[in-house]
Amino acid sequence: MTQADLPLASAVRDPDARIASPLRKRRAPGMVENTPLLNILTHLILLSGMIILLFPMYLVFNAATLSLQEVNAQPAHLLPGDQFWNNIREAWVTRDFGQKFLNSLIVALGVVTGKIFIACITAFGLVFFDHRLRMPIFWAVFITLMLPLEVRIVPTYAVAANALQPFQTILDWTGISWLIRTVSGIEVALEWNMLNSYTGLIVPLIATATGTFLYRQFFLTIPDELVEAAKMDGAGPLRFLAEILVPLSRTNIAALATIMFVYSWNQYLWPLLIITDPSYSVVAVELGKLVPDTNTTGGAIPNWHIAMAGTLIVTVPPVIVVIFMQRWFVRGLINTDK
Amino acid sequence: MRRAYFKNNWIAALVVAPQLLIIFVFFYWPTTQALYWAFTFEQPWGGGNEWAGFENFRMILTDDRYWQSIRVSIVYAAGATILSMGMALILAVFADRQLRGYKYYRIGAIWPYAVAAPAVGLAFRFIFNPSAGIMSYVNAAFPGFWDPILNGDHALLMVIIAGAWKQVAYNFIFFLAGLQSIPRSLIEAGAMDGATVLRRMGDIQLPLLAPTFFFVLVINITDSFTDSFGIVDTMTGGGPARATNLMVYKIYVDGFQGLDYSGAAAQSIILMFLVIALTVIQFRYIERKVHYT
Repeated sequence: MTQADLPLASAVRDPDARIASPLRKRRAPGMVENTPLLNILTHLILLSGMIILLFPMYLVFNAATLSLQEVNAQPAHLLPGDQFWNNIREAWVTRDFGQKFLNSLIVALGVVTGKIFIACITAFGLVFFDHRLRMPIFWAVFITLMLPLEVRIVPTYAVAANALQPFQTILDWTGISWLIRTVSGIEVALEWNMLNSYTGLIVPLIATATGTFLYRQFFLTIPDELVEAAKMDGAGPLRFLAEILVPLSRTNIAALATIMFVYSWNQYLWPLLIITDPSYSVVAVELGKLVPDTNTTGGAIPNWHIAMAGTLIVTVPPVIVVIFMQRWFVRGLINTDK
Repeated sequence: MRRAYFKNNWIAALVVAPQLLIIFVFFYWPTTQALYWAFTFEQPWGGGNEWAGFENFRMILTDDRYWQSIRVSIVYAAGATILSMGMALILAVFADRQLRGYKYYRIGAIWPYAVAAPAVGLAFRFIFNPSAGIMSYVNAAFPGFWDPILNGDHALLMVIIAGAWKQVAYNFIFFLAGLQSIPRSLIEAGAMDGATVLRRMGDIQLPLLAPTFFFVLVINITDSFTDSFGIVDTMTGGGPARATNLMVYKIYVDGFQGLDYSGAAAQSIILMFLVIALTVIQFRYIERKVHYT
C-alpha cells in the first residue's frame, strides 16, 4: 500500500514539504530588486504585528510586578514595579503552584512518552505485518480525529469514573456475568476508578491518531531491503523495531514530542473535570482559581498581581519549548495537520 | 507495495492492542453512550433509561437558549477566524519576503501558539477589565464606555479577540509553509516579466496559497467549535446573560452543572455531526478542488 492508495494521504500536505524543512532558510525571492520604501513598510507591518502579539504578554508581566494597590490603581501603572519575585513566590508557595507545576510536568511527560510509544508500536503493527485487519484498524484509529474530547465529554467522564464499565456492560449483556455467577457464585463487578489519579490524567490522552499517522507515513518509506536484511541476519520483529526503526525515527520523535508537550501541558477541560483532589491538580486548571470572583471583581479582593504571576508560571515552560525546538515544532505541526 | 513482512501475526496483534483498547474505552464507548443517552430519558429514580426517540432533540431545538448559543458560536467562529486569519496572512506574506530580522519575526509570530487557553483567557480578562487594566483609562475618560462584565456584546468581543490572538500563530505557521512551498521559479518568472513585489504577492503568491487558505479556514472553524472552552471558562463563564455561552460551553454547563445528561448528550451529537461534516468537507472537496497550476 503506497501513500497514493490512501485516500487521506493527499490531505497531509505535499510530500516535498515533508522532506525539506518548510521553514528552511532560503534566499529572498526579490533580492535583486531595490525597494527601500516597500522594505520600510514591510518592517513597519511586521513590527506592528509583533507588538500586537507581544503587548498582552507585556501587560501580564507588568501586572505580575506590581503590588495589590498598584495593580488596581487608576490610571493603571504601565511600567514594571519591584514586586515580581514576591508575587511569583506568593503564587508558587502560598497558592501551592509548586506541587501543581510538578503534576503538570509528570502528566506532560507521561502523555508525551505514552503517545510516542503507542503511536510507534501501532504503526509498526500496521506496516510490517501482512494481515487483513490492517486497513480497518488504521481507519478505526483515524476516525477518532473527528471525536474531540469536547464533544464526547459527558460520557467520557462517566467512563473515567470506572474504566472497566464498558467491559462490565458487555459481560452483563451477553449473559457471561450470569453464567459466572451461576457456575462459581462470584459476582462480576469490574471497577477501576480513574478520577483523581495520574493514570486518569494520562491514559485517556495517549491514544493518538495524528502520531500513528505520522509514524505510519515514516514506516512506509522504509525500504523492503532493510526488512529483508534484518530477517536474514536473524532479527525478529521486536528487535528490528528496537534496533533499527526507533533509531531511524529520531526526527519523528522530536517533532511529535514538541507538539505533544505543548498539547498536554495546556490541557484544561479534562483535568478540570476529573480532578477534585487539589494534590493532583495541574497548573492550567489552578489558574482559574486565582481570580477572586467568577464573574466580577466585586466583593472579593482583586488579586490580579497574583493571577498574572500564575499566568506567567503556566505560560513559560511551553513557550520555551516552542522557541528552542522551533524547527521540530513547526515540522511536527505541519506534517500531522494537528 | 511492500513485499517483505514479518510472519508472526500474534506480535502484530500484541502491538496494536493497547491503542485499540484505549480508543475503544475512551472514544467509541463514550460516543455510543452519547448516542444512547441522546435517544433515551433517564428515569428519575434509576432503573435504566426509557426510550425517548427524538424527544431530546425536539426539546433542544425548540429551546431559545440553544439557538442563542448557536448564534453566539457562529459569531465567535466568524469573528475569531476572520481576525486571526487576516492578521496571520498579512504577517506571513510580508515575513516571507525574508528581509533582515526574518528569524525574529518568525519566532515572534509563532510563540503565542504555546500559551494555554486558560492563560490567554485570564490575561485578556485582566487586560479588558473595566476597572483595573488599561481599559480603565478609557473608562475614566468615557464612563461606561467599556463593560464586558455587564454588556454581552462587549464580553463576546473580548472573547473573540482572545481567541483570535491565540489562533494567529497556528495560521501563520501554515501560511508561511504554504508560501514557501510555492515554486521559486514562478516568482522569478514574475520578476523577469517586470512584476513588482506587491503585484507578485497579489497575482502569484496569494492565488497559489488558496489550498492552504481553505485548509486553515476549515481547521479554524472546527477549532472554534471545540477549543474555545478554556477561554470562555476563564473569561466569562458563559455570561453575562449567556452572551458568550458557546455550544461547547453549554454542553459542559448542562451536563455537569445541570446534570441533564440526555440534553447534553443530544447537544454533543449535534456538535459531533457539525465537526464531522466540516472534516468531510475538508477531505472531500477542498483538498480535491483547489490545486496548484
